[in-house]
Amino acid sequence: MPAAQAPVRQSQPFKPQPWRDRRIEVILGNLLRTGVLVSAAVVLVGACIYLYRHAHDPADYRVFRGEPSEYRTISGVIQSVISGRGQGIIQLGLLLLIATPIARVAFSVVGFAIERDRLYVAFTMLVLAILLYSFLGSGIGV
Amino acid sequence: MTILEFTVVVAIVSFVAGLLGSLTGLGGGVVLVPLLTIFFHVDIRYAIGASLVSVIATSSGAAAAYVKEGFSNIRIGMFLEIATTFGALLGAFLATRIPTSALAIIFGAVLLYSAYVSRKARTQAERSLPPDPLATRLRLNGSFPDLEGRRTYNVQRVPAGFSLMFGAGALSGLLGIGSGAVKVLAMDQAMRIPFKVSTTTSNFMIGVTAAASAGVYLSRGYVDPGLSMPVMLGVLAGSLLGSRILVKAETKSLRLVFSVVILVLGLQMLYNGFWGKI
Repeated sequence: MPAAQAPVRQSQPFKPQPWRDRRIEVILGNLLRTGVLVSAAVVLVGACIYLYRHAHDPADYRVFRGEPSEYRTISGVIQSVISGRGQGIIQLGLLLLIATPIARVAFSVVGFAIERDRLYVAFTMLVLAILLYSFLGSGIGV
Repeated sequence: MTILEFTVVVAIVSFVAGLLGSLTGLGGGVVLVPLLTIFFHVDIRYAIGASLVSVIATSSGAAAAYVKEGFSNIRIGMFLEIATTFGALLGAFLATRIPTSALAIIFGAVLLYSAYVSRKARTQAERSLPPDPLATRLRLNGSFPDLEGRRTYNVQRVPAGFSLMFGAGALSGLLGIGSGAVKVLAMDQAMRIPFKVSTTTSNFMIGVTAAASAGVYLSRGYVDPGLSMPVMLGVLAGSLLGSRILVKAETKSLRLVFSVVILVLGLQMLYNGFWGKI
């Protein structure tokens, strides 16, 4: 693989290929897939408990009430997971799911740093900062 | 309807939406929100929260396959992600402040637009365009595997693409969709990036954009575990199956069916929005 790509790089020294080290890209792809499968498994476990307990309750989402604080913050979700609530476990799976692309961006910073691409280290850190600001600054961390 | 019946029916509908969404490349979220609000009488805010979560699942689930093929351009994705994440924050901020009938009307307009884009013939990006100075400075130009080996491309009109991406991000944050149609349009039409690179890079970006607004939605109480569970699992299963059978499927007639569905849902959302039913 590297031998086949070498001539392209030599003829165009100012146009680097996206991710010269393909391994980083493959690792990132697998990270995303693992994150999704783990969070889906957690949601499924929560779903079993939730359906076992509430299967025959009426379903009604007509009126927006907003979720109680135990499903709106990280500490609240952890609390309800500890007390074994199905909805809490589902919400934990959803939190893991939201964290997956954020983790990918964080690992991309490392990838660009290995390639010594300062411009893209800066760009990626800016994206990461926006994501962390949104995730932690929204009141979810309270 | 009991919770068990509701969960099973919503999971099946989400599975079909995820399957059709990945086969046609338009994503499942764009039909889920109107289906949930119109047929299941779910408040649009709960529907948006659940859809947003499923968008992340679809994007991350399919990414591993695309990465191996070497189509997606991570530099283009990351650079444009600056615009979409800022846009998504703005969209999520607006969504909690504007009335739901206005949300329904904007949604209807986006659906009609998506139906139009999905019917429009794709223009093949010209093969050898001269390198753009800004794109070269930003190192956006790249290559992808083609029949005759790796084909290089030069990215054009960076500011136009970047601005469109801000709009795509705002729509995503506002409506809880991936807004893949707008993202592909920005890359394919404005920036002249080859179609396969545009769609796969868009797929990568959708998850990051959705993550930018998902935290805001969750902390505002829009993400209901009972509703999001069947939506997320259904869409994920559907889109994973869709990405496996993509190579064999006859997508042309599927796209036609899907765009008719989108058109009908769009008109319905507009009607409900204007007559204050949502």
